[in-house]
Amino acid sequence: MTNTDWEHLSNQAIAAAGIVYFLALMAHLVEWSALRTVPLTTTARTAVPAGAGAGAPPAAGDEPSPPALDGPTESTRFRIDMFGRLALMLTVIACAAHLVGLIGRGMAADPNRVPWGNMYEFTITGSFVVAAGYLLLRKRYSLAWMGPIVTAIEIVLLMVAVLWLYDPIAPLTEALLSYWLVIHVMSAIIATGAFTLGGITSALYLIKARSEKRGGSDHGYIARLPALTTLDRVSYRIHAFAFPVWTFAVLISGPIWAHQAWSSYWNWDPKEVCAFITWVVYAAYLHARATAGWRGRNAAILALVGVATLWFNFIGINYFSTTSQHSYASGASAVSLRER
Amino acid sequence: MSDVRTEPADETERWQPSGDRDHHRRAGELTAWEFLRWAWRQLTSMRTALVLLLLLALGAIPGSVIPQSGVDALKTQNWQAAHPHLTPIYDRLGLFSVYHSPWFAAIYLMLMVSLVGCIVPRLFVYWRGYRKQPPAAPRNLTRLPDHATYTTDEEPGVVLHRAARRLSRGHRVATSEGTATSFEGVDEGWVSAERGQLREAGNLLFHLSVLIVLVGFGVGSLFGYKGGVILVVGSGFSNTLTQYDDFDPGSLFNADKMEPFCFTVKPPFDIDWIESGPRQGMARGFVAHLAYRTSCQGHPSSWSPEQTYDLKVNHPLTIGGTQIFLIGHGYAPVITVRDGQGHKLYDGPTVFLPESSNFESFGVVKAPGRKAGQDIGLEGLFYPTFALVNGDPINVMGKDENPALSLLAYVGDLGYNSGVPQSIYAMDKAHMRQLKKPNGKMFRLDLQPGETVRLPDGAGSVTFHGVRHWTRLQISRTPDVWVTLLGVVLALVGLLGSLFIRSRRVWVRAHRRDGRTLVEVAGLDRSGGGDLAPVLSSVVDSLQVGTTETPKEPA
Repeated sequence: MTNTDWEHLSNQAIAAAGIVYFLALMAHLVEWSALRTVPLTTTARTAVPAGAGAGAPPAAGDEPSPPALDGPTESTRFRIDMFGRLALMLTVIACAAHLVGLIGRGMAADPNRVPWGNMYEFTITGSFVVAAGYLLLRKRYSLAWMGPIVTAIEIVLLMVAVLWLYDPIAPLTEALLSYWLVIHVMSAIIATGAFTLGGITSALYLIKARSEKRGGSDHGYIARLPALTTLDRVSYRIHAFAFPVWTFAVLISGPIWAHQAWSSYWNWDPKEVCAFITWVVYAAYLHARATAGWRGRNAAILALVGVATLWFNFIGINYFSTTSQHSYASGASAVSLRER
Repeated sequence: MSDVRTEPADETERWQPSGDRDHHRRAGELTAWEFLRWAWRQLTSMRTALVLLLLLALGAIPGSVIPQSGVDALKTQNWQAAHPHLTPIYDRLGLFSVYHSPWFAAIYLMLMVSLVGCIVPRLFVYWRGYRKQPPAAPRNLTRLPDHATYTTDEEPGVVLHRAARRLSRGHRVATSEGTATSFEGVDEGWVSAERGQLREAGNLLFHLSVLIVLVGFGVGSLFGYKGGVILVVGSGFSNTLTQYDDFDPGSLFNADKMEPFCFTVKPPFDIDWIESGPRQGMARGFVAHLAYRTSCQGHPSSWSPEQTYDLKVNHPLTIGGTQIFLIGHGYAPVITVRDGQGHKLYDGPTVFLPESSNFESFGVVKAPGRKAGQDIGLEGLFYPTFALVNGDPINVMGKDENPALSLLAYVGDLGYNSGVPQSIYAMDKAHMRQLKKPNGKMFRLDLQPGETVRLPDGAGSVTFHGVRHWTRLQISRTPDVWVTLLGVVLALVGLLGSLFIRSRRVWVRAHRRDGRTLVEVAGLDRSGGGDLAPVLSSVVDSLQVGTTETPKEPA
């Protein structure tokens, strides 16, 4: 295959992934709208193990089991079950297409390289990590409830990437030609994907907490989210994984590379500063979890602030800050000069 | 504690017989010592540390939005010129050098003190607690949020023995019988197990390493320096202060400690141009061939032997503790300016700064005249590959295929005598007059290599001889960089320990009730993210081995 073939393959695979994510979202919506008509009590252990309160073991890892017979009609049960599985299958297919798109992107470049040379490539890789992370952790943390949100986010991110960030394939700029690109950017992207998953969980925690405070209902999506303690714990575990990875990306591999490329390991470059801010916010999140009174709600708010700084850093800095040496958004010149 | 008063400062009032002191105090009043202790407790509390952390993040925000003079002086000046009203306010708040401002220093110093105050006592607590037995089981295990109970016909001693055996795997265990695990004929007893003590060690290591990083960072920025120099290919450099174009030393930097190396940038400067594809015309790889000597002190015969190095982006040259980096490159047209009498006013390569990735560059030539008011100034663009499209000059690509200069000429007073230092990349045109054609139309010099153009009004002539490359090198020295690196690596190790070592306590109590044995199992998760339910059910399952008659009943 020639480079152009690879490039076409990549573009088509990304487009296909977007469409299949959309279909998956549709399937999820059908599934959840069917669930809406079913009160929680009769389907406590269907598509979403509602999690158990403190004490009793939650139904973690349970596959969706058929709902109790007395509640919903046969056809509703069938719809819930069928579309739940369909959505999962479609998400897997979309994720695979997404991966093909990434590989094609790397193979299309001459010489072949990791597909992390510009904003378009960062964004499609970051969104791939979100989807793959969701699929990998789905069973372990019973994340089925996250399906609609993850697929919706995938669609948005892929649209943003294709419509606004698209860049034709080009060789890497000189400063990026280093094996630290692989180490630094990979860890940053993995952490970004994981923090995003954690952010989704924290947002749902807040929504659910609010709904419970208002009395809550036993119908609908919110009611079927896992219990607050479970959401809080899942969120913590995802963050606990992402934080060391982010630490490595921002405070170890980043400075080492900066030391090699820009002569000093910490330059107070806007991207560095913003990454540091994100680091501090997540450090505060982990601290908050250990401090009495900051658990749950306050910690979740901190996690959302963290995600906001993270994505602002990822996209915003490249457009709002003109002094950043990380500005790959435009073909930045390798020269920055100071007046004598 | 909203109502806090310090002891009155008056000496006579504070001087009281010791026994009488308390009569004198109102409710809520603290002695100076108590106040200090209270303040210290507040400062070193976890909550304060949390708030300080968030303040640090908040304080760092302006630095990522407002241009920083330490990062990009030119951008900062442009910003200041564009915002005349905000500039004095921002300046007073230190917003142009956030990371050197007193308030930013105040935040991180407080954070450091808070960190020390938090960590040191915990170190001692940890040290003392490390060898201690796990604490006795609480009296009422069912009051704990995570617990399970079941009844069995087995003897309590048998159950407890099994529990002690089961929990001694991966736990430190204490029992109601001391450390013994035999419970012969015991009617009531407990097993207490603890694991994951290294979690706290990881936590402490992380916080201590943060201190190491801060110290390393401080040493590096206090004693180190960073400087930049633009060298036209073919010229040399020796490592002394005067040779730098810009120099940013740490506060405790000592110029005598600069390493006495010197080097020459040998022609040719190699550039690998991208010939096709979407980035066509951009530069990919550049190599500056350096010939360097590690010591150039004294007479040339005592210099160290010459070595060579191919300097590339991402591949700095290290000489001793100093590193040399290739940061950028550009074109320097070689220009000669003569006055009306044919005297050479200016001669040599002139650095033009690239304005875009295709190396269309802007530059200034300032030629002081032989008499006052007869200075000649040139200002304009350099095109590496020049082409005329519909009469407009455009630049096709960065490679110097068809170089051309397009300049406007000025005559007058450049202001060199005013004593104000000037940038060589900008011209003060306040006292300069733009030269026009005799018919009053705009005059522009368009030059290709080898050409000479006469200026109007007999002001002189300008010759463009050819093009040379320049390289921008960054030279920096960061002492003890390994301390910082070691600090961050240790911090990461500690962090991993503190996040992933599961720390928990598990207790089992068994006692006789109504002729049967009531077994209570409870746990306490100390890691913040643990899920005890599976742990408890696994413990209960292993205690019930072979005794299936009574199903467990989780609370």
